[in-house]
Amino acid sequence: MQIIQPHYHAIARTAQDYERMAMSGVVAVAEPAFWAGFDREYPETFIDYFKQISEFEPTRAADYGIRHFCWVAVNPKEAENPALSHEVLKKMPEFFTKPTVLGVGEIGFHKTTKNEEEIFEAQVELAIKHNQLILIHTPHLQDKVRGTTRTLEVLRHMNFDPERVWIDHVEEHTIRGPLEEGYWVGFTLYPITKCTPKRAVDMLEIYGRERIIINSSADWGPSDPFTLQECIMDYRARGNSLQDAIEVFHNNPCRFLGQNPKFDIKPIRVEQEGVEQPVGSAT
Amino acid sequence: MLTADKVLDRYYLDIRCMLVEIAATLDRHDRALDDSSATDGRDARLDKVYDALAMLAQTGGTPDRSERLLNMFSDLD
Repeated sequence: MQIIQPHYHAIARTAQDYERMAMSGVVAVAEPAFWAGFDREYPETFIDYFKQISEFEPTRAADYGIRHFCWVAVNPKEAENPALSHEVLKKMPEFFTKPTVLGVGEIGFHKTTKNEEEIFEAQVELAIKHNQLILIHTPHLQDKVRGTTRTLEVLRHMNFDPERVWIDHVEEHTIRGPLEEGYWVGFTLYPITKCTPKRAVDMLEIYGRERIIINSSADWGPSDPFTLQECIMDYRARGNSLQDAIEVFHNNPCRFLGQNPKFDIKPIRVEQEGVEQPVGSAT
Repeated sequence: MLTADKVLDRYYLDIRCMLVEIAATLDRHDRALDDSSATDGRDARLDKVYDALAMLAQTGGTPDRSERLLNMFSDLD
């Protein structure tokens, strides 16, 4: 089955990830700009990072037949430094013209501070001005509800098409608001601190698959890109067809990311599904 | 051996994650009941699960919860 990994931090991963993803059906990854594990001091460091994910990473992925796309942004954690952030924002439009840059992300809140909000708004305005897609991170753990609520409040005062915005890392307690307001939402499969594969399938059963993107957000911390395949296996085991799985794990990313014409991978349909035994029914 | 504080520092999020997973699994079961008129929902396995949760909910117990829980899921007769 062809799979798109729509949120993947390749610079923190080894080539072995690419090799195994390719062998398991991944045809494309999209890499948002994120926190490197330490707060950077210089705008130039961001610029080099943007070059790495927009110029070098596509070549590394291509060695394994995987298309690599990316996003540029000042991540929510480093947005706490407005002076640095504004300097970086000045350089971001240069990257919007790169052939694999899809938009502005991941932006949003970490601890929901005034500084974060200033830079969040500035980056949304920049994306609107340059007609870019927007990817919004929502905070972790005990900060998630407050940050998601404030995210929606901020966005309500801005003028854009919500279908061009993806609000990521939603869970059971934060999914309804973004969906009801017309945004795309992302489930992030992450050991311990975000969503598990089984809970992601639960939410698909409850909310359907429209405007939903599932990703692994694999990065430099404890994380695993193959939780996506684990999720697909559980989704199929609950009786969903191959085409259903393709709709969620390939076609939905195509539908959202494809709003930027640079993402030219199209939704696919299987011509004919064979008679299959459901996963887990061997005995 | 870790101090009590360090145990929580290291494993608090694990506990949170496992509790959410239990909650989600019970929700999954109950949603399936809502969708089906085939059973009244009283399955002995579920009774054991709720008995186990009740045991875990008791504060101040002795540190042998794992053993007691496994015994609750054992055929001891």
